[in-house]
Amino acid sequence: MKSETERLQEELNKNLFDSLVEFLQTSHSGLWKNSKDWSCEIKLREIPTAALVLGVNVTDHDLTLRSLTEVLQNNVTPYVVSLQAKDCPDMKHFLQKLVSQLMDCKVDVQSKEKESVQVIQKNVHYSMDSLSAWYMSVTQKTDPKMPRKKRTSSSQWQSPPVVLILKDMESFTTKVLQDFIIISSQHLHEFPLILIFGIATSPVVIHRLLPHAVSSLLCIELFQSLSCKEHLTTVLDKLLLTTQFPFKLSEKVLQILTNIFLYHDFSIQNFIKGLQLSLLEHFYSQPLSVLCCNLPEAKRRIRFLSANQCENIRRLPSFRRYVEKQSSEKQVALLTSDKFLKEETQSLLENLHVYHKNYFLVLRCLHQFTSSLPKYPLGRQIRELYCMCLEKNIWDSEEYASVLQLLRLLAKDELMAMLQNCFKLFQSSSGKELGNTAKKIEEFLAQFQSLDAETKEEEDTSQSQSKGLQKTDLYHLQKSLLEMKELRSTSKRQTKFEVLREQVVSFVDSLVREYLLPPDTQPLHETLYFSSAHTLRQHLNAAPRIALHTALNNPYYYLKNEALRSEEGCIPNVAPDICIAYKLHLECSRLINLVDWSEAFATVVTAAEKMDANSVTSEERNEIIHARFIRAVSELELLGFIKPTKQKTDHVARLTWGGC
Amino acid sequence: MAKLASELAKTPRKSVSLNMKNDPKITIDIPQCSKGHSSSDKSQLKNNDKSEFLSTAPRGLRKRLIVPRSHSDSESEYSASNSEDDEGVAQEYEEDTNEDILSQKIQAQNREVSAPVFRETPSKKMKREKTSHLVEKYFEAHSSSKVLTSDRTLQKLKRAKLDQQTLHNLLSKVSPSFSAELKQLNQQHEQLFHKWMLQLHLGFNIVLYGLGSKRDLLERFRTTMLQDCIHIVINGFFPGISVKSVLNSVTEVLDHVGTFRSVLDQLEWITNKFKEDSSLELFLLIHNLDSQMLRGDKSQQIIGQLSSLRNIYLIASIDHLNAPLMWDHAKQSLYNWLWYETTTYSHYTEETSYENSLLVKQSGSLPLSSLIHVLRSLTPNARGIFRLLIKYQLDNQDNPSYTGLCFQDFYQQCREAFLVNSDLTLRAQLTEFRDHKLIRTKKGTDGVEYLLIPVDNGILTDFLENEEEEL
Repeated sequence: MKSETERLQEELNKNLFDSLVEFLQTSHSGLWKNSKDWSCEIKLREIPTAALVLGVNVTDHDLTLRSLTEVLQNNVTPYVVSLQAKDCPDMKHFLQKLVSQLMDCKVDVQSKEKESVQVIQKNVHYSMDSLSAWYMSVTQKTDPKMPRKKRTSSSQWQSPPVVLILKDMESFTTKVLQDFIIISSQHLHEFPLILIFGIATSPVVIHRLLPHAVSSLLCIELFQSLSCKEHLTTVLDKLLLTTQFPFKLSEKVLQILTNIFLYHDFSIQNFIKGLQLSLLEHFYSQPLSVLCCNLPEAKRRIRFLSANQCENIRRLPSFRRYVEKQSSEKQVALLTSDKFLKEETQSLLENLHVYHKNYFLVLRCLHQFTSSLPKYPLGRQIRELYCMCLEKNIWDSEEYASVLQLLRLLAKDELMAMLQNCFKLFQSSSGKELGNTAKKIEEFLAQFQSLDAETKEEEDTSQSQSKGLQKTDLYHLQKSLLEMKELRSTSKRQTKFEVLREQVVSFVDSLVREYLLPPDTQPLHETLYFSSAHTLRQHLNAAPRIALHTALNNPYYYLKNEALRSEEGCIPNVAPDICIAYKLHLECSRLINLVDWSEAFATVVTAAEKMDANSVTSEERNEIIHARFIRAVSELELLGFIKPTKQKTDHVARLTWGGC
Repeated sequence: MAKLASELAKTPRKSVSLNMKNDPKITIDIPQCSKGHSSSDKSQLKNNDKSEFLSTAPRGLRKRLIVPRSHSDSESEYSASNSEDDEGVAQEYEEDTNEDILSQKIQAQNREVSAPVFRETPSKKMKREKTSHLVEKYFEAHSSSKVLTSDRTLQKLKRAKLDQQTLHNLLSKVSPSFSAELKQLNQQHEQLFHKWMLQLHLGFNIVLYGLGSKRDLLERFRTTMLQDCIHIVINGFFPGISVKSVLNSVTEVLDHVGTFRSVLDQLEWITNKFKEDSSLELFLLIHNLDSQMLRGDKSQQIIGQLSSLRNIYLIASIDHLNAPLMWDHAKQSLYNWLWYETTTYSHYTEETSYENSLLVKQSGSLPLSSLIHVLRSLTPNARGIFRLLIKYQLDNQDNPSYTGLCFQDFYQQCREAFLVNSDLTLRAQLTEFRDHKLIRTKKGTDGVEYLLIPVDNGILTDFLENEEEEL
């Protein structure tokens, strides 16, 4: 089973990353087409530069830039070098890295050139001159070969440019950057260079880092990468809101993951890590997670379930609830016969699958309706809506009621646009169940359109009416106009639209009530949903300080000994030495006198010892207690609560304040 | 503080008075109160230990004048020392150690240790108030430049000197408490071993935190799970450890011969090696990833890069309170941590045994023994010379402008004591002392050399006593 879970895990991981990388690539290839055109017009002495604003999620940059490098290498030029600030403390290292990476690129592309490259590599003098000389030699060598080789990538250019990616522009030393830019601008005519800056904060930083004299040598174009929130939405969309992957997260888990993302780091990688972890936990802790795979596979596996696993199924709370609803005969059969149970499970799993399919369709549909409402009562993003739906019956919530209220006030064209979108959604899916709904929406649309036509007709008629009235006098005209106004406000046409709108709203409502049942109402949902948010939080967002504090303050929490049980804020004097020493040190201010401390400690400890009626002589006991005190203090020092100080002899300084 | 401790070990009626203590107005009552207690207890006592209170008495008087009454934060502290001073004043003749009073008092003890200042309020509404209160406490404690603590030093305690060995011996006599519970706790952690293995294999790295040494736990993990794998154990708490040695041990395992130009080179080599050979697997166990030597930014970066390799599985432990601050976002993503709380309550025996600055007591014992050691190997004349210098320094210990003994005077004194016969022999002796770091020479403003022993005066006194005993 373990190997199986591992396999599944790997598979899913791969999918996760694939989708991410694919997404990134698509987002960047667009950018690159632009930049190619633009960098054709290299002006003399101006280095074309792309500034890529990547946002604060630093950890994801690596992935983004790596895929960018790949794309570049495949499409634009073989010479792509990416440098990191920590590799380049000064000019020499900078060039050294640059050259060695360039050589490596070259070797990859043309292994024939190896010998000549090696000769150059022995050259320890890395300078811009040698670099451009090398470049000339390489390009000249390749140029004659070019027609024969027909390399699509480099044939676009007479000489392929060298692309240099500076991954974290902010952390480069300004001096190095300035020097490099000045030098390379001198060599630009023989060494076509393109710079790419990865920027985490804002484009202003370029001007702050580089003085005008230097930045005027650059021809900067700005690219904004997608915001991390959008990333999150896509990831969620592709991974959770599909039936493709059977694994699902419960409301609390999802909440924690998104919270970590939004409030802690904005890192997609971390989010995916959390997802991986929850997947792993699920497979590890839930014995029935073997059924968490695509439907045919799950059906196959059900056939091979052992008696023990069947017992596990019977123990699932959701399954029990299901059994209780059945007739008594069926109950007996379900509880006694494994075979019958397996069949039932198969059908239940199938139901669950269908349920998910419908669930996501209706969810998206509802999202269509709610996402553009003023004040976003059900959230702007689909993940918020999803969370709410997972949590409870959404139609019981106040927000949902207000949504319906708002929907009843919508104008016609808005409503129609929404319906159009929903219709497209339903059509794109091939579900049979929801075929009816698609049809119904189509009907609604048709009705709206016919309404349109009618209104036009009526307008025509009213126009003609008003024409007919022209000959009457002013008084009559006014009167009739007033009448018409009244007529219009209560007219058949208006009510027709309202009736229709009412119909649509109630239709949506019924859809929601039918399909957006929270998953814990479904039998066997435990196999697919991971719900122990607690473990997830523990492992991802740990709080070592709090753990230390509780361990020191309330040893009973860990050591379940009755002797340690005590009220808040107190510890019994039999507690471990370090707890007592810690408690005593809390009483002190900035400095602690070791003698006083040790005496206080001895007092407390002897109080505890007296209980056991110790027979050891008092001198020896004192020695032992002193030794215990020394140990406790050195442990506290190791933990970072105190440190030795020279301010006063035999004193230590306190380093912590507050409860934890 | 001593009084506080008595309260901690004592009766509930005391803790009532402690509660009142939070009100600055009644601060003044407390010394009285404690005095009353101690004197009432006193009548029961026969004391056996002559104590240091005699010496503290006049200081106590002085101190009481200094003590600001409104200083509510450190009040518990100074009131403690005050009360003790009061005792000293009032009962000078009775010659009591505080400790003895207290240990007697304890006969009527109850078993609760109460911590009045940090008593937690159960209601959540109070929590915010509490935190702001705590912040204030911090600034209060740091606003006054003068910290009020008693001036007693360990010098005056008879049993202040313990070296590592005796400490260990003494501690081995203590029977551990709560062994059953600790065992249960450990078993809980051991159940996680299989899970750890799985998670390590899936590219996560594991970090253990919580109170207590995690060394035994990791050791058990190693013996039960890693018998058949290549693994490296790194004792981060060892003071000589460095990233270089970590990398060296890795390259050693990989059978590399030769040296590397820099740590980065080595890292690159390792990375390439692991990328080439996907069958290569390595478990890295690091005890105390947050130790002094490894907590630097560069070290963490390198270990992080190492751990981010697919085939290197890192399992580490951290103990320091602020250890997570070592890692920024980038490093955290390199490490890909899974956190596990493993509170063991076991003692940091190994971890603390290497720290030399731990307690002033221990470091105090070291120079004395080394002093004796070095001087034993010298000629009697040389010892005499050194003793002269010590005596002179001790005679001048109350002189704040004492800069050392002028060489010419010293020579004169030595000659008078028939210890040297020429300028040159004395100089030769002094060079020897200087090599052992027993003395320091300083050029004064007048260009004359001054000699100084850079050792604590207390140790010097002890040393002289020792010498006299031997003679």
